[in-house]
Amino acid sequence: MTTHRITAGFMPLLDSAILVAARAKGFAEAEGIDLSLLRETSWANIRDRIAVGHVQVAHILGPMPIACNLGLTAFAAPMVVPMALGLGGNAVTVSNALWTLMEAAGARPDLAPAAAGRALREVAARRARDGWARLRFAVVHRHSGHNYELRYWLAACGLVPGRDIDIVILPPPLMPDALASGALDGFCAGEPWNTAAVMHGSGRVATVKAAIWRNSPEKVLGADAAWAEAHPDALDALLRALHRASLWCGTPANREELATLLADPAHVGCPADWLLSALSGELRTGPGVTARVPDFIVPQASAATFPWKSHALWFYSQMVRWGQIAHDPAATAIARDTYRPDLYRRALGPLGVGLPAANAKVEGALTRPTPVGGAGAGLTLGPDGFFDGTRFDPDSLDAYIAAQALSDSAQTA
Amino acid sequence: MADPSLSILVIDENRARAAIIEAGLREAGHDRVTLIHSMAGIARRIQEAAPDVIVIDLENPNRDMLEDMFQLSRAVRRPVAMFVDRSDSTSIAAAVEAGVSAYVVDGLRQERVKPILDMAVSRFNAFARLARELQDARDELEGHKVVDRAKRLLMKQKRIGEEEAYALLRRTAMNRNRRIADIAQSLLTAADLLGDDL
Repeated sequence: MTTHRITAGFMPLLDSAILVAARAKGFAEAEGIDLSLLRETSWANIRDRIAVGHVQVAHILGPMPIACNLGLTAFAAPMVVPMALGLGGNAVTVSNALWTLMEAAGARPDLAPAAAGRALREVAARRARDGWARLRFAVVHRHSGHNYELRYWLAACGLVPGRDIDIVILPPPLMPDALASGALDGFCAGEPWNTAAVMHGSGRVATVKAAIWRNSPEKVLGADAAWAEAHPDALDALLRALHRASLWCGTPANREELATLLADPAHVGCPADWLLSALSGELRTGPGVTARVPDFIVPQASAATFPWKSHALWFYSQMVRWGQIAHDPAATAIARDTYRPDLYRRALGPLGVGLPAANAKVEGALTRPTPVGGAGAGLTLGPDGFFDGTRFDPDSLDAYIAAQALSDSAQTA
Repeated sequence: MADPSLSILVIDENRARAAIIEAGLREAGHDRVTLIHSMAGIARRIQEAAPDVIVIDLENPNRDMLEDMFQLSRAVRRPVAMFVDRSDSTSIAAAVEAGVSAYVVDGLRQERVKPILDMAVSRFNAFARLARELQDARDELEGHKVVDRAKRLLMKQKRIGEEEAYALLRRTAMNRNRRIADIAQSLLTAADLLGDDL
C-alpha cells in the first residue's frame, strides 16, 4: 500500500479526540497513512503552520477556515473543510461570586440557558445601576463557535455584548485562574477548561453549548486547499481513518480508554477523570454537583462529522451579525464553499456510511432524533434546536441576517 | 540596512532570548526597541510603544488575544500584515520554523522590515541551538546518574560486579535497540514500582 505522510496540527482539547485516536488506535496506519500530530499553543499558530505547509490538515475552530478564506485574518492559505470533528463540547462557566448572584436572580443548576441568561441580565442591569464596571467574559478566539454561541445566548436573553457585558479573547489555560482572581467573570470554552475551573473551585458551569444549540458545530478538520486538491488519495484515506476513529470514539465502551489516551501529556495533558466526565455527559458543574447533559459532546452520532453547509453559513451569519464582515453574495459564496461535503461523500460513500441526502439543513427544525433518508446505512439526525426556538434556514440567509440585525438594533435603541 | 526610525516591540516571555534579540537589533542600529515579558497590562504598553513592528515567539499562547487586540484597536496603528511579504514564502517558513512571528504596521514597506525579521529568525535559531546543547549536556549528565544507579541496583540484585552490571545494561540496550540510559531508567522505574529499595 502507498504510504501517505500527513502531519496534523491540533490544540490540547477534548475534541482533538478523533485525530488523536486515528493515530494512536492504528486507524491511520491501516489506511496507509504515516500520521504525525503536532501539538500547538494557539489557533494563530495552527493557521500559520497550514499556511507555510508544516501541516497539511488541522483540528481547527469551525469558523476559522471561513474567516481565513474571507481574508479576515492575516496571512492564511486557502482552506477547505472536508469533515467536522464532532458536535458540541463547550460550556459557559462563571465565577463563584457571579453564580451566587445569578442563583439569587433565578439561575438554576440544570444549566437551562433561558433562566441563566435572564439572571445574568438582571445582575448586569443592577451593576450598571450601581455604577459598577461591566461584567467581563472571555472566549478563545474571535472566529470561534464559542464567541458566536456566547453572543447568541446573551443577545437572545436581552444582553448586548459591548454595552451590557464585555467579551475579551484569552487563551483557555488562563481562564480558570482569571476567574479565581476576579479578572474575569465568566468564559465560554471547550473541555477540559470548564471542568478545570470547577475542580479548582474557581467557577460554576452556568449553561452549555448543547443547551444553547443542540448538536451544533464546533471543531472541524481544516485542510490546506492546495494540498487537498493535489492529493485526493491521501485526503480520502485520511477521511476514512478519521471516520473509523470517530466510530471508535463514539462507542461508550471505549470512553475510558479514550480518556486515558487523551490525558497523556503529549495530547491534552489533564487528569483522565476530567475528560471522562465530559465524554460521558455527566458534567461537573460545581463543587460536588454534576449534571446530566444530553449530547454534551458528540463524536459520531447524528452525522457529527458531516461538514454541513448550513453550519458554515450560520457561522458566516454571525460574522455579519457581529460586524466582522459586510454581507454580500461573494462573501456568502466563499463561506458556503469552504465546507466541502462533496469531499466527505467522495471518501466515505464507497464505505457505505450513512450519508445525508442534502448538503444543508434547516438548523433548529428537529426537536427529536429523526431518521432521515440518504445514501448508505440508515442515519438519524438531531435534535438540533436553538434554545430560543428560532430556526436558521440557509435558503433564507438574507432574511435571517436582516431579522437578527433588526432585533439587535431594537435592543440597542 | 538598519532603519533607526522604526519602533520595534519584542514580546517574549523568555527573557534571555528577548535580550539576545534586543542586542541584535541595537547592534544593527535600532534604538527604539521595547521588550515585553509578561502580558499584564499589555494593551496599554503596546499603545505606549506605538510599534511599527512586533516580534513575538510562537510558544506564546496569547497570540490569538493579541491578534484580536490588533484588529479592534484604534489607538494602535494597525499591525496587521503578519509577514513581510506573502510571496516570500521561504522567509515565512523560516520564521515559523524558527518559532517566531512578526506583525507589521499596515502600509510599511517590506524592505524596511525584512532585515528585522531575518535578524530575529537567526537569533531565534541561535538561541534554540544553545538551548538544545545545554539540554543535551544536562541529559548526558542525568543519563550518567541514571546508569550509575541502575548499575548499583543490578549489582545488589544479581550479586555481580560493576563491569558485569554495565555489560548487562549495554547488551540489553543493544538487543532492544535503545539507549543505555533508557534501559537504566526503565529498570529503575520498575524497581520503584515493585518497591525495591536502591
